[in-house]
Amino acid sequence: MESPAEIVQHTAGGMIGASWLMIAFPLLGAAILLILGRMTNRWGHLLGVAMSLASFVVAVLTFLEIIGLPAEQRRQAVHLYEFIPGMVDMGLLIDPLSISFALLITGVGSLIHIYSIGYMSHDPERRRFFSYLNLFVAAMLLLVLADNYVGLFIGWEGVGLASYLLIGFWQFKPSAAVAAKKAFIVNRVGDFGLLVGMFIILATFHTLTFSELGKQIAEHPPSGGAVTAIGLLLLLGACGKSAQLPLQSWLLDAMEGPTPVSALIHAATMVTAGVYLVVRSGAFFFPPDSTQAIAVSVVGAATLLAGAIIGCAKDDIKKGLAGSTMSQIGYMMLGAGLGPAGYAFAIGHLITHGFFKADLFLGAGSVMHGMNDEVNMRKYGGLRKHMPITFATFFIGYLAIIGFPLLSGYFTKDGIIETAVHHQPILGWLAVLGAGITGFYMSRMVFMTFFGEKRWEKDAHPHESPAVMTWPLMILSIGALFLGGYLILSNRLYFFLSPAVGTAEATPEFDFASTAGLVTLALVAVGAGFAWVRYGRAEVPAVAPRGSFLTTFARRDLYGDALNESLFMRPGQWLTRFAVYFDNRGIDGLVNGLAAGIGGTSGRLRRIQTGFARSYALSILFGAALLAGALLLVGNI
Amino acid sequence: MSPWLPILMAVPVLGAIVVALLPKGSDKLAKQATLLVSLVVLVLTLVMAVQFKTGGPRFQFQAVYDWIPSFGVKFGVGVDGIALVLIALSAVLVPIVVLASWHDADGTQSADGTLITPKRSVKTYFSLLLVLEAMMIGVFASTDIFLFYVFFEAMLIPMYFMIGSYGGAQRSYAAVKFLLYSLFGGLLMLVAVIALYVVAGKGTFMFPELVGVIQDPATQKWLFAGFFIAFAIKAPLWPVHTWLPDAAAQAPAGAAVLLVGVLDKVGTFGMLRFCLELFPDAAKAFTMPIVVLAVISIIYGAIVAIGQTDMKRLIAYTSISHFGFIVMGVFAMSQVSQSGAALYMVNHGFATGALFLAAGFLIARRGSPHIADYGGVQKVTPLLAGFFLIAGLAGLSLPGLSSFVSEFMVMIGTYTSSAFGSGALAVAAIVSALAVILAAVYILWMVQRTLNGPTAEPVKAFKDLNVREIVVLAPLIALIIGFGFFPKPLLDVINPTVTQTLVNVKVDNPAIAEKGAGQ
Amino acid sequence: MTTHYLVLSGLLFAIGAMGVLIRRNAIVVFMCVELMLNACNLAFVAFARQNGNLEGQIIAFFVMVVAAAEVVVGLAIIVTIFRTRRSASVDDANLLKY
Repeated sequence: MESPAEIVQHTAGGMIGASWLMIAFPLLGAAILLILGRMTNRWGHLLGVAMSLASFVVAVLTFLEIIGLPAEQRRQAVHLYEFIPGMVDMGLLIDPLSISFALLITGVGSLIHIYSIGYMSHDPERRRFFSYLNLFVAAMLLLVLADNYVGLFIGWEGVGLASYLLIGFWQFKPSAAVAAKKAFIVNRVGDFGLLVGMFIILATFHTLTFSELGKQIAEHPPSGGAVTAIGLLLLLGACGKSAQLPLQSWLLDAMEGPTPVSALIHAATMVTAGVYLVVRSGAFFFPPDSTQAIAVSVVGAATLLAGAIIGCAKDDIKKGLAGSTMSQIGYMMLGAGLGPAGYAFAIGHLITHGFFKADLFLGAGSVMHGMNDEVNMRKYGGLRKHMPITFATFFIGYLAIIGFPLLSGYFTKDGIIETAVHHQPILGWLAVLGAGITGFYMSRMVFMTFFGEKRWEKDAHPHESPAVMTWPLMILSIGALFLGGYLILSNRLYFFLSPAVGTAEATPEFDFASTAGLVTLALVAVGAGFAWVRYGRAEVPAVAPRGSFLTTFARRDLYGDALNESLFMRPGQWLTRFAVYFDNRGIDGLVNGLAAGIGGTSGRLRRIQTGFARSYALSILFGAALLAGALLLVGNI
Repeated sequence: MSPWLPILMAVPVLGAIVVALLPKGSDKLAKQATLLVSLVVLVLTLVMAVQFKTGGPRFQFQAVYDWIPSFGVKFGVGVDGIALVLIALSAVLVPIVVLASWHDADGTQSADGTLITPKRSVKTYFSLLLVLEAMMIGVFASTDIFLFYVFFEAMLIPMYFMIGSYGGAQRSYAAVKFLLYSLFGGLLMLVAVIALYVVAGKGTFMFPELVGVIQDPATQKWLFAGFFIAFAIKAPLWPVHTWLPDAAAQAPAGAAVLLVGVLDKVGTFGMLRFCLELFPDAAKAFTMPIVVLAVISIIYGAIVAIGQTDMKRLIAYTSISHFGFIVMGVFAMSQVSQSGAALYMVNHGFATGALFLAAGFLIARRGSPHIADYGGVQKVTPLLAGFFLIAGLAGLSLPGLSSFVSEFMVMIGTYTSSAFGSGALAVAAIVSALAVILAAVYILWMVQRTLNGPTAEPVKAFKDLNVREIVVLAPLIALIIGFGFFPKPLLDVINPTVTQTLVNVKVDNPAIAEKGAGQ
Repeated sequence: MTTHYLVLSGLLFAIGAMGVLIRRNAIVVFMCVELMLNACNLAFVAFARQNGNLEGQIIAFFVMVVAAAEVVVGLAIIVTIFRTRRSASVDDANLLKY
């Protein structure tokens, strides 16, 4: 068992020294598109794509340079500038973990940029869409590349902002505006955790920089309540960004945004930031049987089941995929809670998920594109002949996500399940169950969309999408086919990541014939078969039947929104109303009352001024007498 | 003797006289002259700021003239780092406000179509603006406590007229409330100033000579209270805050910017310089109750802001929340928290200024401050909506914008402050961090109701920002983003002053992360 | 000896004060005021004699001078009021009230 390698200060130039360009390109793109505004309408989308591709090229070159270094030198900190003097400097940390993320973000991100050219071609504000996409890529890269928690937090909130803007891209729809706001506010609850976690880190270790933190932890291994608190608070932050229980409710609503947004932000990249945070802060979740590490796994397992159950009941194709995203990130969290033994599988699943989920979402977008933006799967059916490429790529993504043997998802998800069964048997078997449900709801989705009878609206004329949309789909589905096997077999990813995240007691081995793996496959087959019986062979009713209590439970997102509403929103509204009333009537009332009191008293007192000189004279006399009397009494005369 | 500060004050005063003496009907000329004068002041301030030596003595550009020799009152001016950045803030905001209020003094159309005519002429408004600028510079530059007091009170006069003569429908009520509140605080401060003079027995009001003179703890407490109450009203701190929403809502947008952006900073500036350094023991004794008040301000201001239906009142309540942060940072007595608080004063000026001005532009188009009267603005005027959104995001301290840096420093500085060795400050920091969530609620809910959704009928006639309005907002937004990523220039100026303050307060609380810096 | 003067002075003062309070005619009120002033003068002079110095006498002169000036201004006012309102009653000049 080894802890992560020490971070070395990068001095030589080279690609690593220029890695800040990765962030600068998309940031520049966003700035140009936002500042020049309508002037860029004609070529704005091209600039956006170019900037994203440029960033991808820088990421690849940096990756190659990292590969060329010996393992113990693969963690390089690049100093940029002094940020808050005396507290933290801005810098980048280029190591196997961050560069893996950077490749995923810029790679998948660029494909989604390209896809969006086609998808958004009819939108008059396509340029603005691309500026937000570029902003997102820049912020996400800052999140994963920053060498300190403050930089990470800036990126963290930056992606939150981009997500807010993109969910609300069609802000004239009230539902989109509400969903965007909800996503931001729920995320802020998580940010509160991350923020307080940073307070405790700084108070305990006197630094927020990863390299310093690494040294401090190596010298005095942390223990005790502070670390547990840090871990739990960071977990809260991760729950917000990654839509894990109990902060999951925003993700389903976030599907109000254009579909490429759902693919890029709410499936492939941003929502995985929580997993990144947990893995990056691995030292605070150590050892794997500590409270906070177990909490991560428990949250992951609970969310993977919740997401899967929600996915079963949705007729909206995007919401079904959103439920599945929650569920898959639950798997990653489960893996990330298991320590170095699970990191490689969690990150591996994160990467392959990035490919196949982007593939699925973009496929869904392609279907919607051909079906007049219809999202209700009950109004699809039999589309495989009309959209052959979309169908083929979607089907590959589907096979990958249910863990069909030898496809990407099989290796990474099975890896997580096996590791979990080994370390946390109860959670592990729950994950097995979740895989079975995944088999059901994903098959349901495929059958309802591409098989069976046509249940289209009258004016629907499904057609295959243009090449600019199908090419990205094909590239993504290639990743969905092979990437998992490449990363997991012979532990390629494990050894690549180990300088950054440390190694486990025993090097994990992928076992093709483990009990858990075989049970998983059997359950997936059962789930898929059940889906075939219910939705493939049988006719799908055009209007959703009422269903059992369980169905309603799942349709209502496990009553998450109802819970939030009754626990937070209503009491919050009462509190607000009371506070406003108290401020106006209580505090201000007191002040105004005092003023009115003084005014009233003086109004009465002035009646004494009668205008009769002789009555004044009398009061003067009395006054003088009183004064004289008082002086006599005091006896000073 | 350096002529910089007296010149900085004299230029706007002379400008004000010239503007006031212009013949009737030359409104346009008055506006142009005011703009020119304020730009001259800005340039002079920047030239002066460049010459400020960060490693030099605490007070620079000092100039001291005898004023009332029999009482030892001097016209003493000089700036330390914090005063310098606040003067720079004023100098930046005034030209922007002049440009923004180009038509504010011409009369406003209210929602029901009635014209609210100002009580006084256009040139008077701009001349008052310049007088106010001179006083704002003076109040931050004073090194003589009596002079500080004079400016502190005199500032009320132009602001009183700007609210009372050019404001909205309830302007008289708001102006009188503002004046009475401030005068009440000022009176207590006057008593404390005189008592300080008598008790110290040094025959001078000069601040540097009075530091550390009062030793008796009981005396310190009484004098501290006199100063603190005045500053708490000015800041404003819960529960003496209710004048601000009224004043800010009734004032023309430009005056509201100066009121909240600069005038109120005098309160927190005064706490940091006078309350802490003159009466260190009392400050330490009162820290916990004051931090509690600050935390109440933070949370209470945010919650009440959520419930507001009037845009300008909403922004005013967010400011009460933000001032809570500044006060908490000041009294947490650590290098990081106090630097953060001083930086917050500047950043808040820019952020709230931008928000008030953007809201003012919206209100000028619709004639109503009520949030419910808007909807779907983004579709009609994307540029205005964009600026409004960025200013709003600065208001909720989005990382990457300047207000985040300061809010983060205040909170983390408070959490890590070892000044009192108790967990109470840590609890305060954690509770105040809840405002992060509340801030998102009040800003984004306002944004949702005004900018998003279906376009309201009257909104369809809106015109997007004209060149003048863009010139007003763009520099503020640029500053907000610029200092969000690179706050070092401001912090380098502020930090030595804060260190000196902490030395005078005798708090041994070194910069927390010396080791982490520079790696 | 001094006591007698003081008693007289007190009596005069009381008479004057009573006059100011109960008489309505402005001229009479005015004369009563003069009576009070002179009662004071008497007391001053008496004390001066008892103490054997001149200070009381000096003050008495001051009072006389002030009283003379007051008569000038006061009579002028009374005459003006009488001219405009055809009345010298102090109760009729009651416009200056709340």
